[in-house]
Amino acid sequence: MSAELFSVFYQFADVFAFLILSAAGLAIVFGMMGVINMAHGEFIMCGAYVTVGLVKLGLPLAIAQALAALTAGLIGVAVEYLIVRRLYKRPLDSLLATWGLSLIVTQSMLLIVGSSITGIGTPEGSFAIGGYTFSTYRLVLFACAVAVLIGLYVIFMKTRFGVMARATMQNAAMAKALGARTGRIYAISFGIGAGLAGLCGALYAPTMTLIPTMGATFVVESFVTVVVGGANVLLGTAPAAVFLAMIRMALNASYGQIIGQIGMLFAVILIIRVLPEGLSSVLVRRGR
Amino acid sequence: MFKLLDGPQTLGRGRTFWSCFLVVLAAALIYPVFADSYDVGNFSYFLIWVFMALGLCLMWGYGGMLSFGQTFFFGISGYAYGVLAINMGGGSTTIAALILSVFIAMIAAGILGYFMIWGGINGIFFGIVTLSATLVLAFFLGQTAGPEWHIGAARLNGFNGMKGMDPLTIGDFYIEGSALYYVMVALIVIVYIALRMLVNSRIGNVIVATRENPQRAEMLGYDVRKYQLLTFTIGSGLAGLSGALYTSWGQFITPSSIGLPAAAMPIVWVAFSGRSDLTATLVGSFLLLFGFQTITVYSQQAALVLMGTLLLATVMLAPHGFVLGIGKLVVDRWTGRRRSDGTPALADTSRLQSDET
Repeated sequence: MSAELFSVFYQFADVFAFLILSAAGLAIVFGMMGVINMAHGEFIMCGAYVTVGLVKLGLPLAIAQALAALTAGLIGVAVEYLIVRRLYKRPLDSLLATWGLSLIVTQSMLLIVGSSITGIGTPEGSFAIGGYTFSTYRLVLFACAVAVLIGLYVIFMKTRFGVMARATMQNAAMAKALGARTGRIYAISFGIGAGLAGLCGALYAPTMTLIPTMGATFVVESFVTVVVGGANVLLGTAPAAVFLAMIRMALNASYGQIIGQIGMLFAVILIIRVLPEGLSSVLVRRGR
Repeated sequence: MFKLLDGPQTLGRGRTFWSCFLVVLAAALIYPVFADSYDVGNFSYFLIWVFMALGLCLMWGYGGMLSFGQTFFFGISGYAYGVLAINMGGGSTTIAALILSVFIAMIAAGILGYFMIWGGINGIFFGIVTLSATLVLAFFLGQTAGPEWHIGAARLNGFNGMKGMDPLTIGDFYIEGSALYYVMVALIVIVYIALRMLVNSRIGNVIVATRENPQRAEMLGYDVRKYQLLTFTIGSGLAGLSGALYTSWGQFITPSSIGLPAAAMPIVWVAFSGRSDLTATLVGSFLLLFGFQTITVYSQQAALVLMGTLLLATVMLAPHGFVLGIGKLVVDRWTGRRRSDGTPALADTSRLQSDET
C-alpha cells in the first residue's frame, strides 16, 4: 500500500518538478516586466549544452550545472541590455524580438553543432520500494524545484533587492522616483529568469537527448503554467504547477504522456475562460 | 458595393493604384506562357501560403489579435483534407473535401476563440495559448506512427506524415500545373478583394475600433467579443485554406509544417511586410517566400536564421514593417506635392501606432 502511495507521490513530484523548473524563469520575467521571453527554450538548451560540455571536460556534474545556470544568466543580462531593454514599452514587440532571437539561435546551433550530441546518462542510479523501481535523480529534481521556490521566496521577500523588485513590479515610475534603479532591477530579474531557464536545462541534461530544438519540449509546459499562474511567481506559478501536475499525473498514468499534455492544454483553455488573469489574481485578492 | 474597395482602412486608392494592380494581375496571368512548368509549380507553391499571411494580417493588423496559431489551423485543415479526400474516394469529391476542411478549421477556430475571447485574455496570452495549442497538435501528430492511428482508410503515419490523397480533381481532370496556378491566382484575387471590402465595411470599422480601444468600442454599443470571434474565425479559416491547398498541392502533409519553426513563419512574413495593410502583406509575403525558397535550396537552416534576423530587425528598426515603410516612402515621394489636397489615407499614420500597447 505504502509503495503505491509513494509511487503516486513520485509521479506527482516528477511532473511538478518539470513544470516548476521549466516555468520559474519565464514567470519571473513576465511578473516583473510583463514580457514573455520566447527565447526561454533556447536558454534551457544553452544550460543543457554547457552542462554536457563541461562534464565531458571532466568537471563534476553539480559544478557543471551551476556554471551552466550562471552562463545562461549572464547571456540573459546581455540579451536584456541589447534587445529587451529597448522594447519595455512594447511588450508584444519584445515577444516577437525574442522569437526572432530564438529562431536565430536554434538554427545556428543546428548549422554549427549538428543535430545531436552524445549525452552523459542519468546519474544516481535507482532504488526499489515494494515491487516498483524509482530513479533517485528524479527525486533530486523535485528537491531542486522546491529549493528554487524557497530561493525565490528568500530573494523576493527577505532581501533589499526583493523589496526594490516588488516595488518596481507594483509601480515602476514611483519606485524610480523613490530611488530604485529600475533599469538595473530589470536587468537582474531578466538574468535570474534566464539563469533559472539555464538551470532547468542543466538539471534535465542528463535525462534527455540533446538537440538544438530541445527547448520546444519545455515551452508548452512553461507557457501553460505561466498562463494559469498569472503574474506572481510564488502565489501563481507554484499553485498552478500543483494543479496542473495533478491533472497531468492522472492522465499520464492512464493514457500516456501525449494525452496528459493534451488534457493539460484543455484544462488550461477551460481555466482561462473562468480566470483570465490566472490563479495569482484570485490568491492575491484573497490575501488583501 | 465596390466603393468599399477603397477606404480608410486600406492603403492604395484611385486610378494609379488600381492600374498597377491590373498590370501585376495581367503579368501574373500571362506568366505561365513564358515560364517553364517547374517555375509555374513553384509559384503556385508560394501562393499557397499567402492566404495564411492575409488571415494573420486581418487578425493582427486590423483586429489587434496576435495569433501564433496559424499553423494550428493550417494543420487541422491540411489533415482534414487528407482524411476526407482519402475516405470520400477522390475524384470530384476533393472539391467538397477542400470546402469541408476549411469549414472544420473555422469550427476549431470558433471553439478555441470562444474560450479565449470570452475569457478576455490579453494580447500576450492570446499569442502563447494559441502557440501552445499549435505545439501540442504537432507533438500529438508526431507520435501517431502506429497502424492504430487511422481515420477511416487514412493512416496518420506520425512524423512521416499522411500521404496518398488525391489532388484537387474535377471529373478526370487533375488540377495541377498551370491549371492549379490559375486557380491560385483567382483565389488570391477573390480573397484580397473580399478582405479589402470587409475591412472598409461597417464591420471592418468596428474591428479596427476594437483594436484601437476595446472599452470605447464596447461603450459605443458593440459587443466587441462577437467581432473579435468573427475576425479570428475568418483569419484562421484562411490559414485552413492554405493548409488544404498545401495538402492537395503536394499530396502529403507532415507534423513539421505545424510545429516550430513553421509556426513562426507567418509572423515573420506579416511583421516584415507591415501588418496594418493587406496589400503590403500580400506583396511582402510573396517576396519573402520567394527569397526563403531560393536560399532553402542551399541550406534550410541558413534560410531560417535569415527569417529570425528579419523578425528581430523589423522589431528593432521598423516596427510597422519594411515593405509598408518603403512603400509609403515611394508613394510620398511620388505624390509629395499633392499632399495638401485632402487625401488622408497615406499621411494618416497615427492609426498604425496604437496596437502596441
